[in-house]
Amino acid sequence: MRSRSNLVLVAILIITIVSVWASLPKDVLNFAGAKDEIYVHKGLDLQGGLQVVLEARPSAGQDIDREVLSGTRDTIERRISGLGVSEPVIQTQGDDKIVVELPGLEDPERAVELLQQTALLEIIDTQGQQLPEGTRVNTSLGGATVDAPSSTPEASGSPEPGASPVADASPTAAPAEATIEGPTYTTIVSGADIKDAYPTQDQFGSLVVGFELEGNAADTFFEFTSANVGRPMSIVVDKTVINTANINSAISSQGIINGLDTQQVTDLSLQLKSGALAVPLEVVQSRTVGPTLGQDSIDKSIIAGIVGLTLVALMMILYYRLPGFLSVIALLVYASITFALFKVIPVTLTLAGIAGFILSIGMAVDANILIFARLKDEIRHGRTIRTSIEAGFDHAWPSIRDSNIATMITCVILYWFGRYSGASIIQGFALTLFIGVVVSMFTAIIVTRTLLRVLLNIRPINDHWWLGVEHSEVARGTAD
Amino acid sequence: MIDIVGKRRLWYIISLIAILPGLISLIFFGINWGIDFTGGTNWELQFDLEVPTEEVRTILNANGFEGAVVQASDDNTIILRMRELREGSPEKTAIETALNDQFGTFQELELTTVGPSVGSAVRDRAVLAVGLASIGILLYIAYAFRNTNNPILYGLCAIAALLHDAFFVLGVFSILGKVADVEVDALFVTAMLTIIGFSVHDTIVVFDRVRENLARRAAPTFEETVNYSVVQTIVRSVNTSVTVVLTLLALYLFGGESTRWFVFALLIGVLAGTYSSIFNASQLLVSWENGEIQRMFRFGRSKANARTTAA
Repeated sequence: MRSRSNLVLVAILIITIVSVWASLPKDVLNFAGAKDEIYVHKGLDLQGGLQVVLEARPSAGQDIDREVLSGTRDTIERRISGLGVSEPVIQTQGDDKIVVELPGLEDPERAVELLQQTALLEIIDTQGQQLPEGTRVNTSLGGATVDAPSSTPEASGSPEPGASPVADASPTAAPAEATIEGPTYTTIVSGADIKDAYPTQDQFGSLVVGFELEGNAADTFFEFTSANVGRPMSIVVDKTVINTANINSAISSQGIINGLDTQQVTDLSLQLKSGALAVPLEVVQSRTVGPTLGQDSIDKSIIAGIVGLTLVALMMILYYRLPGFLSVIALLVYASITFALFKVIPVTLTLAGIAGFILSIGMAVDANILIFARLKDEIRHGRTIRTSIEAGFDHAWPSIRDSNIATMITCVILYWFGRYSGASIIQGFALTLFIGVVVSMFTAIIVTRTLLRVLLNIRPINDHWWLGVEHSEVARGTAD
Repeated sequence: MIDIVGKRRLWYIISLIAILPGLISLIFFGINWGIDFTGGTNWELQFDLEVPTEEVRTILNANGFEGAVVQASDDNTIILRMRELREGSPEKTAIETALNDQFGTFQELELTTVGPSVGSAVRDRAVLAVGLASIGILLYIAYAFRNTNNPILYGLCAIAALLHDAFFVLGVFSILGKVADVEVDALFVTAMLTIIGFSVHDTIVVFDRVRENLARRAAPTFEETVNYSVVQTIVRSVNTSVTVVLTLLALYLFGGESTRWFVFALLIGVLAGTYSSIFNASQLLVSWENGEIQRMFRFGRSKANARTTAA
């Protein structure tokens, strides 16, 4: 028994040392870069950034299934990769929503535009017309809707289309599906035919979007351009003309789009390269947090955590004496293991998550309080300290188990609720509380018990007083 | 031994008095749902200089956002609550330009925008989550107490205590919503579910003692067994509450502004949870076993029958 306790003690020590090592900041004791990947994953509310929930708004006759949605998700993921955000989270939610989290993002407005635009590129046959930049057109791939996002990249020129769109008066068409009047132009190639897109320079040195077409499309494009030399064609993105140019000679696979400013060039090449969205998206929920709010919150939470921990420690030691002191050690072990787990798993820490963690400190000592109350009872009944300890732990176990399982059930439901409410704050809270409950069961039971067993081998401590029971109380014992 | 269970009517009355004002407020004023549930925008801006809220309101009105709530907070921060203002929309740019022209540069601390359809979906989910949590707990308790005479009764009494706590907190927030314009947001739902978890956690500890003392035949009658169990666990219940309340108080006093109401909800919920686990949940077991509840609702049993069941 004694040697087994010692063995467990060694195991606890090793776990604690590893946890403390992982909990300490990155630059402390970083052997051979082993800690490079271990760091605190701060949530949106702690480091600032953007969270948006995009909802699919399929056009008439379009069906949304999981495949379309996950394809759209992938497109968005490719676009985001160009934003330089270190840990983006892109998830589908339900049947028609995509949640995007971009922690640490600097320019939320630009990101929202980049994500939301369908970015369907088309090169159309204008049938000899010189379409002005910004004109909204119908193409053979579909009509332009009247209330399409006004944030479509506009070429230099008037923001309002020259030919102002007129709503389709047909009563059968839903308002959102109303298309503009005018001829339908034939699409020669579209974004789907693009192999690559990149910012480059034209012969005058201005920044343009260069693109490259895939084999078949290149052939089609070559046929069209060679047959129409001297006639105009237009490059259209999301049914808005970006520019119109005369065909100087036959073009096969490579082309450029000019007339855009620097940022538009970057964004459009990113969008073209990542492909058009399979379905139009609309922002239904968004949350932007500035970077200053986060640091302030972290500082305050740390103070609150230290104060809370100190108060709990004082109370436990004053009331339960030696076991109370041991439970405080167990609590410190608890805090370091939990924090290490947060870093390693990793759990994204949010403000609510930190609150959950601090709350779980209060709840973690509950198991100890239960055990010590039992232990005191047993001693008062006149049992020896050693049997009291074992009985205390054994008797307290069912209530610790049952009450913690009840908390875990609510954690699981909270997590589920968080997933569907689009609030990652709630998920963070549920996850931290759940991990807290599991770890606290380990530390409160195994750590405290082992420490008590080992310490009681030291003679002077083997006395009731140390366990918070006055000598006068022992003989009395509550009769039952 | 102190007789706690014998005074159960007093404890019920205390609970009733605590819950009643909130319930009345819930019926008459309802809940002040935040934008997470109704849709809309919450916008927090920090200016370099103090900004008069009236002028901010004028700018908003001029841009078509009438009826916005404009609040001044610490450090020249202005909190705006208004109808949906989308990130990256021309409306937003227009307001930003106007604010910039009039008050100089500012920092956007936070912008939360929720579409109306999302809001109501979240509210449905929240109600469903609380319902599911209750059912999950009921089933688990019935399972954990399957060796007792009436496992479902334990579950139902725990649920009753849980509803007591939930309605107390909800009622307080209904009053706060009316008096201090405190909103119920998604974090509040988190607090509610945590309170539910804590309440049941506490109740189970007492029930567990009852189960154990029944098995040991520690006292002659059910009522005395329950009283004995409550007395045995009361110190532990209070101590646990004290530790949790201490950590929550630290969070309330030193933690950030944005989680203050969340922590407040947890704080009063934990207090209610401790009260209900000591003074309501286990007493309800006794009230049921003695046939008092059945008599109150006239479940078709005669008094004589009820007494036989109890004996």
